[in-house]
Amino acid sequence: MGAAERALWSLSGLVVLALAWAGGHAAYGPFVLPRPDETVATAFDLVGSGAAGAAVLATAGQALLGWAIGLGIGLALAFPAGFLAPLGLAARPVATLLVAMPPVAWIVLALIWFGPGGGADAFTVAVTVAPMLFGAALQGLASRDPALDEMAAQFRAPPLVRLTDVIAPQLLSHLAPAAGAALGFSWKVCVMAEVMASGAGIGGQLAIARAHLDLPATFAWLLILVALALLSDTLLLWPLRRRTAAAR
Amino acid sequence: MSLTFAGVSLAFGAEPVLSGIDLTVAAGEFVVLLGPSGCGKTTMLRLASGALKPGRGTVTSGFARAAVVYQTPRLLGWMDALDNAAFGMKSLGVRRAERRERARAILMRLGLAEADLAKRPSRLSGGMAQRVAFARALAVEPDFILMDEPFAALEAGLRRRLQDLVRAETERSGVAALFVTHDVAEATRLASRIVVLSARPGRIVADFANAPAREAAEAFEAAAALLRRSDVAAAINAAGGEEF
Ligand SMILES: Nc1ncnc2c1ncn2[C@@H]1O[C@H](COP(=O)(O)OP(=O)(O)OP(=O)(O)O)[C@@H](O)[C@H]1O
Ligand SMILES: [Mg+2]
Repeated sequence: MGAAERALWSLSGLVVLALAWAGGHAAYGPFVLPRPDETVATAFDLVGSGAAGAAVLATAGQALLGWAIGLGIGLALAFPAGFLAPLGLAARPVATLLVAMPPVAWIVLALIWFGPGGGADAFTVAVTVAPMLFGAALQGLASRDPALDEMAAQFRAPPLVRLTDVIAPQLLSHLAPAAGAALGFSWKVCVMAEVMASGAGIGGQLAIARAHLDLPATFAWLLILVALALLSDTLLLWPLRRRTAAAR
Repeated sequence: MSLTFAGVSLAFGAEPVLSGIDLTVAAGEFVVLLGPSGCGKTTMLRLASGALKPGRGTVTSGFARAAVVYQTPRLLGWMDALDNAAFGMKSLGVRRAERRERARAILMRLGLAEADLAKRPSRLSGGMAQRVAFARALAVEPDFILMDEPFAALEAGLRRRLQDLVRAETERSGVAALFVTHDVAEATRLASRIVVLSARPGRIVADFANAPAREAAEAFEAAAALLRRSDVAAAINAAGGEEF
């Protein structure tokens, strides 16, 4: 398949979705589904007029900060757990337990611990994605090829060379998809925390739109959120994916 | 400078793999370890390289720098051929420009084309990949090189060309070599000394000098003579008549 044909097929899915939306609007009326074009126009209005700026910045700041902290913590803990067998055995069930924790539980705890508006959104994101990323990093370290380790040891590769040239590339191929999934999660969890707790950012705006039963605005904020998630995925993870794809 | 196995035995769990091995590889020697599949050849090589410790006996190496060419190339999939060949030098702290230049010179000598140097291992043929692995070992200027059936997976003509390259390169640098194979003609083509192992648990059943055969007919004649030696024939019979 050529690049143009592939792009066309990718686009066709979105077109079908938009048609289904328009059909739903025609069938159930504007109090269930607003008109797609009206929603898009509202979203462009919010962004174009600058009204969305503060909310977008707040949500993006908390979501990305939380993701970065979660990634940092996950990686920092995966290395000792990956290289010291007892630590790895001790850490695995804890990580599984933490992955099973619903993000809502963290939101409630963050509210109690920090109060509203005390960085609780980023905390909730970080603590939700850290165990996911820890697990993926641990898996990446565990599934690396022992033959390459033996080769590197034979050539007396110093620890830094082993890390950058042998371990990290194998780790990345496991970590990149998990980091992408975690990034998507970060936006959702962040907005949920905003709706339920802090009232800041896009979540706060969603809560207001809901209170006013303003369906076009609700959908417009969701559209903005989805666009942000896609944009961040493209900007942050595309280079990583390209690297790992080339390695294979 | 030499490598010495003294009374080495090794078992994996309850299963003995090597038994009572005494062997010395001196500087400049090309020793070929010949033995049937599963007799412990790779294990002996790992003992020689220090990747494995013996259960009984001692392995002592006086060589300053050993390099290994494995049965599979063990290249790094995310680096091109040139950086793979330079990996050992990078580990030694050689500067990037210098190690790439040296790796390029060796790879060209081993028959890679300019266009191959920028290829990742997945895009190299099997023979090319083994040349890169051989270049990576030569590039650290070892005084001892260990090779584990590096050409076993290659087609016969290509294998012969690579055998010629190995002989040329080892003669050129004077490096001592321990080369594992179960191909008798490969042994007679390369070795200055041939050590024959019995079936598992591996014991040394023959150890004799060999003049590396210069051409195919000579290699096969020497191989036939080797198989007719009484000590080797006895070992083959003891292994149930299994050919190498
Ligand atoms: N790490 C290990 N753990 C347990 N058993 C092993 C291990 N490595 C090798 N063995 C066993 O030791 C025996 C010798 O293995 P080795 O790889 O040394 O044979 P080989 O002579 O190199 O065979 P081949 O010619 O097929 O490569 C085999 O029975 C193998 O199953
Ligand atoms: Mg073997």
